[in-house]
Amino acid sequence: MNKMKGLKCKECGKTYPAAALHVCEFCFGPLEVSYNYDYIKTKISKEKILQGPKSLWRYQDLLPIEGEPTVGLNAGFTPMIHAKNLGTELGLDYLYLKNDTVNCLTLSFKDRVVAVALTRAKELGFDTVACASTGNLANSVSAHAAEARLRCFVFIPADLEAGKVLGNLIYRPNVVAVNGNYDDVNRLCSEIAGEYPWAFVNINIRPYYSEGSKTLAYEAMEQLGWRTPDHVVVPIASGSLLTKISKGFNEFAQLGFVSPVKTKIHGAQAEGCSPVASAFKENRDFIKPVKPKTIAKSLAIGNPADGFYALKVVHGSDGLIEHVTDEEVIEGMTLLARTEGVFAETAGGVTIGVLKKLAKKGIFKKGESVVAYITGNGLKTQEAVAPALGVPWHIQPSLTNFQEALKAASIDAPKKERGVE
Amino acid sequence: MIKVRIPTPLRKLTNGQGEVAAEGETVAALINTLDKEYPGLKERLCDEAGELRRFVNIYINEEDIRFHQGIKTPVKTGDEISIVPAIAGG
Repeated sequence: MNKMKGLKCKECGKTYPAAALHVCEFCFGPLEVSYNYDYIKTKISKEKILQGPKSLWRYQDLLPIEGEPTVGLNAGFTPMIHAKNLGTELGLDYLYLKNDTVNCLTLSFKDRVVAVALTRAKELGFDTVACASTGNLANSVSAHAAEARLRCFVFIPADLEAGKVLGNLIYRPNVVAVNGNYDDVNRLCSEIAGEYPWAFVNINIRPYYSEGSKTLAYEAMEQLGWRTPDHVVVPIASGSLLTKISKGFNEFAQLGFVSPVKTKIHGAQAEGCSPVASAFKENRDFIKPVKPKTIAKSLAIGNPADGFYALKVVHGSDGLIEHVTDEEVIEGMTLLARTEGVFAETAGGVTIGVLKKLAKKGIFKKGESVVAYITGNGLKTQEAVAPALGVPWHIQPSLTNFQEALKAASIDAPKKERGVE
Repeated sequence: MIKVRIPTPLRKLTNGQGEVAAEGETVAALINTLDKEYPGLKERLCDEAGELRRFVNIYINEEDIRFHQGIKTPVKTGDEISIVPAIAGG
């Protein structure tokens, strides 16, 4: 008996073996891993999870690998912060932040999906791994390919943040910077994937890869004391993360680990790339692709693969999808940093910006719990926020000089302190 | 002639070929021509109403046809068409 039955088309239900396939050859629908939940039920328990490794592999029974994990053994199980300071500012008593800015190895939630994808790619016998990426995924694939001693190609838009480019090069993969936006890179990679026998983590390995995001739901429930939150706020790029968080909640409920799920799932996009938010507002069930123009480059997917499913999940959970301007993204980043000491990348600014918007609208009722997913680290997107942060005081190494500077600064200290200005 | 790149899931219909050539004034007409040579292709790409299926993307010279006139977008000799499954990335 195996926990994986194979792959199954999410649209027409046609089944396939658990191979490196991602699209139904009949209707082009996405293939998903189909599990043997009756078998999994006999293997998994809360006690076993609690005794498991302090990583996402504590949920190994619900992840699509056949053997033992071999790559990314320290990914996941990141802190859940009870954000009292930020909660006070926003009028929320039970605000939690799932802090993937400190995920291992490369400081974003992508370490989760890559740990699963590369373990599976090795099981399937690949010696070369690749991806199309807005940055974080490329960093994670590069690092984990180094760890796993796999040949590696990462494809990125040429205009990526410096930190995300360097965050590939250090691991010595083949970095291909494509003149175009992410959607161009993704389309090109789909074509390359048809010509080369490589494991493209987010193309032919996508059914396994995307399952790694479920662990963001499992961890949230476990860290909240085996409960589902009343609300979550999730950034939307391709929409895969949001749909898999929902799946994770439902799987735990199905296993009896939590009560039936009533969590409202809210989506967050940047105004300059908000195809899913626009569809939501216009009450469409299809996505009109857009040409992205936003500082939130990690979310800049104008043609989101799972946009349709993300919409469905949000509607089904009675949630909302909001977007914020680039100015609100910066405000969100600085607000999070000055209240909770968490330096998130621009996507985190989008999430906090939308969280703030929803709080103002009165979406969160008194006593309700809210989890905001902070998916990447601010050190990777420094150029986006730098102009808003000012400069240090420059002084000579003299006590007098410091005292003068302090006196001068104290005039507008309330503004300057905590980096408001 | 117009060059058309065929994705892996459809190559069983094109005798394994990843690239074929065809004629047509618009994307829709091109698909009709292709369907004559490779029967069954149109059914995979379009629904009963003749509209492109939800999970199929078509590009003319690297540009998504949804930024133009969709399946009615004109094509000309020398253009390169890519048919790409929508589900990828992220």
